[in-house]
Amino acid sequence: MAVAVETQKTAALTGNEAAAQAMRQINPDVVAAYPITPQTEIVQLFSTFVSDGLVKTEFVAVESEHSAMSATVGAAAAGARAMTATSSQGLALMWEMLYIAAGMRVPVVMPMVNRALSSPINIHCDHSDSMGARDSGWLQIYSENAQEMYDNLIQAVRIAEHPDVLLPVMVTMDGFIISHGMENVELLPDRAVQDFVGEYHFPYPLLDVEHPKTLGPLALQDFYFEFKRQQAEAVHRAKNVILAVAEEYARISGRRYGFFEAYQMDDAEYAVVVLGSTAGTAKYVIDQLRQAGEKCGLVKIRVFRPFPGPELSELLSGLKALGILDRADTFSTQGGPLYLEVKAALYHALKRPKCINYIYGLGGRDIDPELIRQALMEIKDLGSEQADGVGPIVRYLGVRE
Amino acid sequence: MALPDLAKKPQRFTGGHRACAGCGFPVTIKIILQAAENPVVVGCATGCMEVTSTIYPYTAWRCSFIHTAFENAAATMSGVEAAYRSLKRQGKIDKDIDFIAFGGDGGTYDIGLQALSGAMERGHKLVYVCYNNQGYMNTGIQRSSATPRGANTTTTPAGTHLPGKPQYPKDLTAIMAAHGIPYAAQASMSHWNDLYRKAQKAFAVDGPAFLNVLSTCRLGWATAPEDTVDVAEGAVQCNVWPLFEVENGKWKLTFKPKKPLPVADWMKQQGRFKHLFQSDNTELLESIQRQVDEDWQRLLELCGE
Repeated sequence: MAVAVETQKTAALTGNEAAAQAMRQINPDVVAAYPITPQTEIVQLFSTFVSDGLVKTEFVAVESEHSAMSATVGAAAAGARAMTATSSQGLALMWEMLYIAAGMRVPVVMPMVNRALSSPINIHCDHSDSMGARDSGWLQIYSENAQEMYDNLIQAVRIAEHPDVLLPVMVTMDGFIISHGMENVELLPDRAVQDFVGEYHFPYPLLDVEHPKTLGPLALQDFYFEFKRQQAEAVHRAKNVILAVAEEYARISGRRYGFFEAYQMDDAEYAVVVLGSTAGTAKYVIDQLRQAGEKCGLVKIRVFRPFPGPELSELLSGLKALGILDRADTFSTQGGPLYLEVKAALYHALKRPKCINYIYGLGGRDIDPELIRQALMEIKDLGSEQADGVGPIVRYLGVRE
Repeated sequence: MALPDLAKKPQRFTGGHRACAGCGFPVTIKIILQAAENPVVVGCATGCMEVTSTIYPYTAWRCSFIHTAFENAAATMSGVEAAYRSLKRQGKIDKDIDFIAFGGDGGTYDIGLQALSGAMERGHKLVYVCYNNQGYMNTGIQRSSATPRGANTTTTPAGTHLPGKPQYPKDLTAIMAAHGIPYAAQASMSHWNDLYRKAQKAFAVDGPAFLNVLSTCRLGWATAPEDTVDVAEGAVQCNVWPLFEVENGKWKLTFKPKKPLPVADWMKQQGRFKHLFQSDNTELLESIQRQVDEDWQRLLELCGE
């Protein structure tokens, strides 16, 4: 297994290119997709792999994202490994089918390139699209950079298809910031990815016509609840599977993943929690502050569904103060989705840090080191013994008001 | 095909489903399923057919069946058919399998039109069947774009100002034929042999096929359960629902009434038009007859009659 690590190739790729390369190596039986900025490049590149005979995939250029997800669900239920990709409005149009994919337990994997939702229309990054799908029953994995997008996509196949799980997985990266930014990416050999993902086995394939099954029936008051209870159980079971798959992936790639990354957290007194590409900027700021003697750290959430509540609570409960950065709002006056999850996870902790929320970067608004530094200083003050109360719990960072 | 022979063919759709007594769709789909020589995978839009045949933990389907949502039977089956082509090309499956998508007229004419158009345009080897009962019957008899003019529905109720649905139905069969697919046809559950033959042709073509089959809804049309077949027959005999096919672009009439009945005779068979005969609606009835006659003439020309 160590051989693969040595034969990895370094390539300069955008996030979209890295995702397309992962899809080429996964080599799904069916891809059904529709163009939308900033995801389009993934399906364009993948189409060239199809045209050049580099994959065995049947590519279905559908007429909408609703049909993209419908066809992907149909293909996966038929007995094929099936993928699609989308962003923003495309994900919103799939909304009905997201719940159906999860309820039918089809292990579809989907790269999702984060982009703001209309209105006003905007093509740049925020997380309002995937956060809108956070309760759809899909597992959600967020990527900081192109390398993580590549690694997460490959692992997602194994997580989704695991017999204990059988749930769809969306793997996200930040639109333009990562999807169109070029970085060095370590690519595994094709063979290693193929061996890692293995053969697709859906337990009840429609194409097994000798053993006909009825998929997607009507279940009423007497059975619907049991379906949903089992679905909830599968999400619980996904936690162990995610860690086991990460462990196995580390053996072939040398890259190790968990539910989240704790950065400079060992002796930290205050910290920020972030998702996606902002982690890179925040780490830079934390390095600077650390040099000045500040005891600050960062937690980057990788797995948002299932949410690693108890594990996070254990890590964060000893802190004096915590700021949670959200690239989406819930418009509930209670703060962003990540804030609500983290705060809920801390509720049962014996020692709770003071906790505030920063909503930032909507519609691709730049988050620069100075803004993060400013937030960290506020969080530090909040944790000091002189601090009087918490002040506003939901703060907006980098906006004119 | 003789009727006794048809009766001997295995049933892929069993009894015991919970459709109404006198419902049209079970007759329609049994005939179509019997015309398929290969094993089939059936996809189904949300609607009466789906909710009466798959009440968990029971199913009336003896073949592979998938339902996902209302507007996407064609898209879901596009994915199933693409999976089949992919696995067959890879040598992972060797059987010949036929693929069918069923949708009512709501799921086909209205909310499913985009997915249907996309699937037909892409050329999936898929037979799409609209079991057309001229309204949203599952949700309680609302108008669709297949509902005839003048029909009383719960969203076009006959009142003092409006005598039922104001619009004529759209010509979906012609729209599908305009996609240039190898086979599109209009049939009726009343003419089982014509329907059977058209289904055979639909399965035989190498590409997409579309069947628009009139299937009585005795609740929505307000007819007696025992009259289900007769009422569908009446629609054919008065030229409201002509039987024709478009094979590789060539239009052909497959049935011609010897002496077409007045449309009003067919309408009088159904409670949904009752209001039109309780007061003076001569003008409306005349314009409906005129429209049917014009459509029929246009169809005759298209068919070179």
